[in-house]
Amino acid sequence: MTHKEELYNCTYQSCKDYKSNYKHIGKPYERKDAMEKVTGSARYAFDAEVPGMLHAKVLHSPYARAKIVSVDCSKAKALPGVKAVLTGDDSDLLVGLYMEDKWVFAKGETRYQGEAVAAVAATTEAIAEEAVSLIEVEYEVLEPVVGLDKALEADILVHENIAEINHVEGVFFPQPNSNIASLNKSRRGDLETGFAEADHILENEFSLPAVAHVPIETHVAIAQYNPFTGRIKIISSAQSPFALRQMLASTLGIKESDIEVQVPYVGGAFGGKAGIHLEPLICLLSREAGGAPVKLKLSREQEFNYMATRAAMRGKIRTGVKNDGTMVAADIVYDWDSGAYADYGVNVGKTAVYGGLGPYEIENASIVSRTIYTNKVYSTAYRGFGHLETLWTVERQVDILSQKLGIDPYEFRMKNLLKAGDLTMTGELVTPSTGSPIDCLQAAVKEIGWTGRKSEAEREREWKTGKVRGTGFAMVHKAPAMPPNAASSIIMQMQGDGHVKVMVGGIDYGQGLITAVSQITAQELDLPMEMIEVVRGVNTETNPYDWNTVASKYAFMGGNATIKAARNMVDQMKDIASQILRVSKESLDHGDGYIFYKHDPSVRVAYKDMAYGYAYPNGNGIGGPLISHGYFTAERLTNLDHETGQGTPALAWTFGCHAVNIELDVHSGEITVLKVASAFDCGQVLNERMVYSQVMGGVVQGIGSAILEGYKFDDNNVLQNPSFTDNKIPTMKDMPLEVVPIYIENPQLNGPYGARGVAEHTMISIPSAIGNAVYDATGINFYRLPLTPENVALGIKSGKKDIY
Amino acid sequence: MSEDIDPTMLLLHFLRDRLKLFGTKEACGEGECGACTIVMDGEAVNSCLVLAIEAQGSEITTVEGLSRDGELSILQQEFINGDALQCGFCTPGFLMSARALLDRNPDPSDDDIIEGLSGNLCRCTGYRQIFEAVKRAAKREREELSRS
Repeated sequence: MTHKEELYNCTYQSCKDYKSNYKHIGKPYERKDAMEKVTGSARYAFDAEVPGMLHAKVLHSPYARAKIVSVDCSKAKALPGVKAVLTGDDSDLLVGLYMEDKWVFAKGETRYQGEAVAAVAATTEAIAEEAVSLIEVEYEVLEPVVGLDKALEADILVHENIAEINHVEGVFFPQPNSNIASLNKSRRGDLETGFAEADHILENEFSLPAVAHVPIETHVAIAQYNPFTGRIKIISSAQSPFALRQMLASTLGIKESDIEVQVPYVGGAFGGKAGIHLEPLICLLSREAGGAPVKLKLSREQEFNYMATRAAMRGKIRTGVKNDGTMVAADIVYDWDSGAYADYGVNVGKTAVYGGLGPYEIENASIVSRTIYTNKVYSTAYRGFGHLETLWTVERQVDILSQKLGIDPYEFRMKNLLKAGDLTMTGELVTPSTGSPIDCLQAAVKEIGWTGRKSEAEREREWKTGKVRGTGFAMVHKAPAMPPNAASSIIMQMQGDGHVKVMVGGIDYGQGLITAVSQITAQELDLPMEMIEVVRGVNTETNPYDWNTVASKYAFMGGNATIKAARNMVDQMKDIASQILRVSKESLDHGDGYIFYKHDPSVRVAYKDMAYGYAYPNGNGIGGPLISHGYFTAERLTNLDHETGQGTPALAWTFGCHAVNIELDVHSGEITVLKVASAFDCGQVLNERMVYSQVMGGVVQGIGSAILEGYKFDDNNVLQNPSFTDNKIPTMKDMPLEVVPIYIENPQLNGPYGARGVAEHTMISIPSAIGNAVYDATGINFYRLPLTPENVALGIKSGKKDIY
Repeated sequence: MSEDIDPTMLLLHFLRDRLKLFGTKEACGEGECGACTIVMDGEAVNSCLVLAIEAQGSEITTVEGLSRDGELSILQQEFINGDALQCGFCTPGFLMSARALLDRNPDPSDDDIIEGLSGNLCRCTGYRQIFEAVKRAAKREREELSRS
């Protein structure tokens, strides 16, 4: 037996033996927070009011790049009701997640249209709005850096001081005298040898525009600076309160412990509310206004203009393949048009070097990823970042390769997909515990009814009817992008009535974290779901630490932390119960709200009777309030080597496959998605109802990226579509006729009950699958998103077979 | 009820700022997303496009008025049963658009539901479960009506 087979057999057995009958895990429980949300009683930061609160409005730069010659705020300051007016002259604070490259207010120069130039706090929104209109700014318009090619020429630099920008060293690599915010690389094998072995070499370029996250609740925050204590209190729609606190402390030069961040319900996030956004600006306004609380809520137009986007991307890929379909070499360059500031963008770029090869074993490969500054609204994390974009490149390329070789795209993928014993791009060993992309491909392709590509004759016949149909599929793989030592933690407290209060550090912005944590607690303590109460909202003063709520990692990390906290609770209860019942701890078990003697379960003590310490009939007390905690820190992950990209970045790879049937109107270019079959190797479904919801939502968000959405800028990088009228997202009319989710459950042995995250994954290769289906339907390859009716119809009209 | 107001005040802001009925949300302020939908004299309207004074003498229902005596309406129950919500921010608007639809047309076709709710944007759910919830609620409401 080879080492590869041995490894497979041994881990395969562990996975097969994995326990899968649970009382609460996997069950389709209702969302715990649903009652508040259907009655209008759920409170969001948008709804928050603080006594004495002022309202802020922001003045934005109308130009992508301009010198600020002068700012005159005298009229604004004189307006009755105005309590504070600030500009770049009043502050020299820098802010940034991975690179401290952004002034709180533009200073000397504006770098994107929409950047904050000044802001006002006043007693009413109307007064603040009027005051902003009274601020007079004189600009000297400068030539902006528009597009990747111009940025790479480096004739004009978005940041002159790029070499001096404070950044996370060893992870991000800004290039001096350039517009490259970070250059990241990975490589394996030898490209030259690989291409020499290839029978065919195919080179292509794929691209996609910036898109908006569109949380229905726009960004909103309240800040109050206490001039006596120096402490700051924030209420925010943020998805990562602890990261926000850390960055705000760094920007303001104060202690983290002097900042309190409260996050109530959040009305959608999708990555756009990770990091730090409005908070520094309103902290400064509150300080200027003598400590009055200041609220800033963004309009939808500001959400498009001022807040970060998903970056536009261009992927150049050259693949070497043998006649039998084995890919032997891939040389890929990803360039991210990331806008004026790095924010999360550099991390998106970094993600591409470990995720950008697709879920394939290709022996010789190189990925270069460049996050590039340009003068436009900056970019940040967006659902499945670094993967949707790179899968648009890889999964289209793989499909085109199979066309050129005349091999069925299913067979082509089967030949190349990762399996146990293979190494990923960064050298991680794949085991059965990693999950199986092959299982996902087979399941999705079966469900969609794939029988092979259409022939040219079939296409011609159908074309005459005006509507053509096609089927396509594309693989999904995604691992969380996070620091290798990221942590989650949980605190549990037993109540006198036997209920359990659970405090989390992660934010439930709709993904169902509160419900998942409740189920895991119920499972471990063997209590009914009604007796588990996850405390709503997160406050950094009281809730336990969590690095960030991003990247589909909470179920895994928060789930493991919950298991540990619950087991710690059981352990503490057994300690006391062994004294009460005069039985050794080892002879005790737990269930149904009791610690009991295994030999005679009638010898028992209720959880609730130990909640605050146990009282004997004579009044003697032992034990004390039952408070437990648990944490989970990612295990054995590493930073990547800068030159080779080798290392261990992935907490968990969740594999999947989307397959779609579409109908395309050959005259209008309109694409109708008829059916989607989506398979994911989620290890273990934690809540069937909520995984289903993730799939339904992710698929439609993916359809948005595929056929509808995208920012449009003019030649000077001024945004042309900052509203729902022109920057549309899917409505109920865009819902596919049928979506079939398929859950594959190859357990990950270090995940909670074997589970992996499945959230972003539900979206990320929908565009690729639709692109592949468009080829099947029309025989035309599209290389650029979105596949709007306009783009598709023009493509067809051009008579070309390749539309760039 | 009767209140003195600024004639330029929007109905949305009257509900939220004056009456502190925070269930009705604002997400675009331009009538393009439906988050602020309320039922006014039987019609679903975007309360961000209506002046408060235009509502004089009208009967207004907001999400807070959907349940009676602490009992959820069938529509709300079906939203919970069908997991027709995630972040919840658009949910009140959807509930109100659906309420107006079912009051007007107790037996809507699939297309009627899609048409009636396509003015409401949701970024989380992908709409499928909202659609199904409204369909089931319509059926249950009809059954309830025929029983009574």
